[in-house]
Parts: sequence; C-alpha cells; structure tokens
Amino acid sequence: MKNSAEIVIIGGGISGCATAYYLAKMGCTGVVVLEKEYIASGATGRCGAGVRSQWGLELNCKLTKMSIDMFEELDEETDYDGDTEFKQSGYLMLASTEKEVEQFKKNVELQNRLGIKSELLTPAEALKIVPFLNTDFVMAASFHQKDGHLNPFYVTDAYMKAARRLGVEFYTYTTVKDIKVEKGKVVGVVTDKGEIATNKVLNAAGGWAKEIGAMAGVELPLTPERREILVTEPLEALLDPMVISTSLNFYCQQVPHGSFIMGRGNPHEKEGLNQASSWDFLVNMSQTITKVLPILSQVRVVKQFAGLYMMSPDAAPIYGSVPAVDGLYLAVGFSGHGFMVGPMTGLLMAQHILGKDNEMVFSLDKLDLGRFERGELICEPSVV
Amino acid sequence: MHNKNDLDKVIVCRCEDITLGEIRELINKGYTTIDEIKRVSRCGFGPCQGKTCMQLLLTELTQQKGKDIKEIKMPTHRPPTRNIELGVLARGEEDEK
Ligand SMILES: Cc1cc2nc3c(=O)[nH]c(=O)nc-3n(C[C@H](O)[C@H](O)[C@H](O)COP(=O)(O)OP(=O)(O)OC[C@H]3O[C@@H](n4cnc5c(N)ncnc54)[C@H](O)[C@@H]3O)c2cc1C
Repeated sequence: MKNSAEIVIIGGGISGCATAYYLAKMGCTGVVVLEKEYIASGATGRCGAGVRSQWGLELNCKLTKMSIDMFEELDEETDYDGDTEFKQSGYLMLASTEKEVEQFKKNVELQNRLGIKSELLTPAEALKIVPFLNTDFVMAASFHQKDGHLNPFYVTDAYMKAARRLGVEFYTYTTVKDIKVEKGKVVGVVTDKGEIATNKVLNAAGGWAKEIGAMAGVELPLTPERREILVTEPLEALLDPMVISTSLNFYCQQVPHGSFIMGRGNPHEKEGLNQASSWDFLVNMSQTITKVLPILSQVRVVKQFAGLYMMSPDAAPIYGSVPAVDGLYLAVGFSGHGFMVGPMTGLLMAQHILGKDNEMVFSLDKLDLGRFERGELICEPSVV
Repeated sequence: MHNKNDLDKVIVCRCEDITLGEIRELINKGYTTIDEIKRVSRCGFGPCQGKTCMQLLLTELTQQKGKDIKEIKMPTHRPPTRNIELGVLARGEEDEK
C-alpha cells in the first residue's frame, strides 16, 4: 500500500467512486480509495437504485435532474465495457390522501417550472401506465418519464474502472481505524494494513460516516437505520415504471432481469448498524404490495436483504468542508436517496476539494454541516 | 478427458445460465472474491440461492488464485430458504396449501 496520498477517500460506494473519478478527471493525481469490504458492498449495492427528479424542493429537483442527465451519459462518460442498465420508464408516484394530492399539485408545478416534464394524473390515467394497479387506494398520481432505475453495481463499477484508468488506487478489504489530526489539520489515515500520510480526507462512508467523523474528533448529526428490501423470481416484463407511495409506504420496480424489487420503511425501526433481515418486513411488505398490485400475489420471493439509510436531521445530504478540521470533507447523510444524486456528489465534491467552487453549476452552501447550527434546515416534503 | 475449452462451456450456475468460461474471464479481469463475482455476473442470484454454484465458484477461485478454501469468505445466505408466494406471506401463513 502507498504510504502517502494527495487525497484519501473513505468508502467505495457511489459517492466515493464518483468523486474519485471526477478528481482524477480534473487532473488530480495521488487519489486513494479505501473500502473495508468490496466495491459497492455498502448501501449502494443494496439499494433500489431508483432515480427521480419528482421532488418538492427546488434544490432536490435540480440536483436530481442534473444527475439524471449525467446517468444518461454515464456509459460513454466512463467508457464502460458493459451497460449500466438505465431503464427510464418513469416513476409513478401515488397520492392516497387529500394532503398528498395538494402536495403533488405544488410539486408538479415547481417541477415543470424547472424543466422537469412531470404530470399530474387521475387514477384512470395512472391505470393506463400500470393496468393492474388497484386504484381503490389512489386519489391521484404524478408521473415523470425520465425517472427510472439503474444497476447499482455496474454504475459503481463504471466509475471505479474509469477512475482506475486515470490513476486512482483502490484498496479493498482495507479498514480505516483512525484519522490523524494535528493542530486542527488532517495529517494522515490509519488502516488495518498500514498508514497513509495525507492532508485531505473525504468521508464517504455511508452508514458508517458517523464513526469516521468521530475518528477525526467531529460529531456528525447522523443516525444509521436499517432498510429492508425483497426480490422476487424473474417474470416476463409486466411493470414499466417504479411505483412509489409515501403514505402507503412502499416502492416497487421490475428490473430488466425480470425480478421485482420492493421495499418499505419500518416506522418502529431502531437506530443502529443492524443489517439483518426480518420476518416482519416480509409479511408487512407482502401485505402492502398485494393490496396495491394484486397481480403479484402468486409471485415468489427469492430473497430479502437489508442496507443502511444514513439519516441527517433534515433528510438532506451534508456536503462540503468541516470548519473545525482543515482537510476533512463530507459527502454523507443521504437519507435514502444518495444513489440518485451520486453523479452530482462526485462532480461537486471533486470541484470543492480542488478549490473550484466558483466553477460549480450548483452551490453547496445550503447543504453544509453548518446549517444545523444556523437553524437553516431543508425540509423536503416528498421523502419516502 | 475434457480439455480446457470444453470445461469453459460447463454451466456453473443453472438459475442464471453462467458458464465456467464466464467466471474464469471475470477472475482474469481482477474480480477475486465470491461477493464481487456474484454481483457482476449474477451467479448465485437465482431462486436456488447458489446451492450448487457457490461451491463450484469457490473451487475455481482456490485453483486459479492458489488460495486456501478457508481464506475465501462465503457470502451471506439471504432468507427465505424456500421461495414463498407474496400472497401466502401476506396472509401470514408459513406453509402453502
Ligand atoms: C434498502 C435501500 C434502498 C435504497 N433505495 C434507494 C433508491 O432507490 N434511490 C436512491 O437514490 N437511494 C436509495 N438508497 C440510498 C442509497 O443506497 C445511499 O444513499 C447511497 O448508496 C449512499 O452511497 P455512499 O457511497 O454514500 O455510501 P455506501 O454505499 O454505504 O458506501 C460507503 C462505503 O464505506 C465503507 N466503509 C465504511 N466504514 C469504513 C471504514 N472504516 N473503512 C473503509 N471503508 C469503510 C463501507 O463498506 C461502504 O462500502 C437506498 C438504501 C437502502 C438501504
């Protein structure tokens, strides 16, 4: 292993790999990525990999729209030897309460103003998109064709390979044990395989980001929370869009391979790093999905697994520098939607680390760590 | 006796239709752990959850990489062990009729 680096990135998920790629693309040499297991072993490889620009805040709409544009170009951008499987067959978002209907109206108006061509649908119109949807629970819906999903392993693999070709070194099965800080400045990273001297460290450790922060003496306002998912046997193509609802608490998609993938949140989930699967999830998920998409009743579940959501106090990511520790950077707290902003995370964090803030197409000012002290929280109404 | 090319055509994972040749190619590309190979190839992702192929993959990795079987980490087994219908699960029954 190298004993010094210009920049050390902790975490080989989409955030770490995309940032590594953009740093190298911008000409930065001496970038090292440390990953305690294999690439995409964290939330990235366990996620739904859904991407949507149907949000309720301008900031989230913009960040996700720009990322979707980048996902469209990803295979060429990274000269990938495979296909990242971007299926842009839309997100169908269901409203099942009056309050949600009102929110959707506002959202669609905002989205349209920002150039996102989403539309508000009646239950009958929603049926045209998903003919087997049980509309008993649907008062309205919104749909945006350009939303969709990708294969998270291939996306991360694409960034990793392109970064590697540009000289980035990846060390897998290498665990960061400590971050050395002297006089308020990062001076090195200690791993189980040796030490690396560096003045710049990016914390892109997903569900473990709080622990990484603590190593540098920084308390981050983050809470890890398990989220479960299940996968069915593959079937012929039936469902085009991702179907999702906040109030019914579920999302469901059919991946190109034919399997249905679905998940929901558990309101009683306790904070922690537990990634085990539960029977309760299996039962609750099945009850929800067979109610909304009854056609799936006879489809068999082949496996279930879990990953970590890393929640920030306002469910928006925390990007940028840490005032108390010079050389420590953050791309953390994605609160369940870090995959869909991955390309922008990479681009913006690379620009920020290299001091190119003036070149950014999107300012990170409102998404910094300082917002919690300033009381300037971001309150997104459409988190699932 | 089989020659090397014949063996390349051997199906390792029956659920996902993956040959030994494809696995060898991935090992050559630098994927050296079961978890990585599973995820890029879908080997072991099918309904049987890798009952046969994981053992074959393990053998191939130990042979190609000269590693000891004990050094290679086996992936986590994901429940359920048997494939159950969503409708059956929704009714909260453990056994299908
Ligand atoms: C079930 C589920 C479904 C989801 N669905 C979606 C979705 O549809 N759309 C969406 O946009 N987002 C979704 N998300 C959220 C998304 O997965 C995450 O926000 C995103 O993947 C975060 O990427 P990351 O690179 O920041 O973190 P991760 O992918 O978690 O990567 C962090 C990495 O850091 C490594 N690491 C940790 N500690 C150390 C250490 N000490 N030393 C070295 N390495 C270390 C970990 O092993 C890990 O690989 C979902 C999440 C879950 C759990």
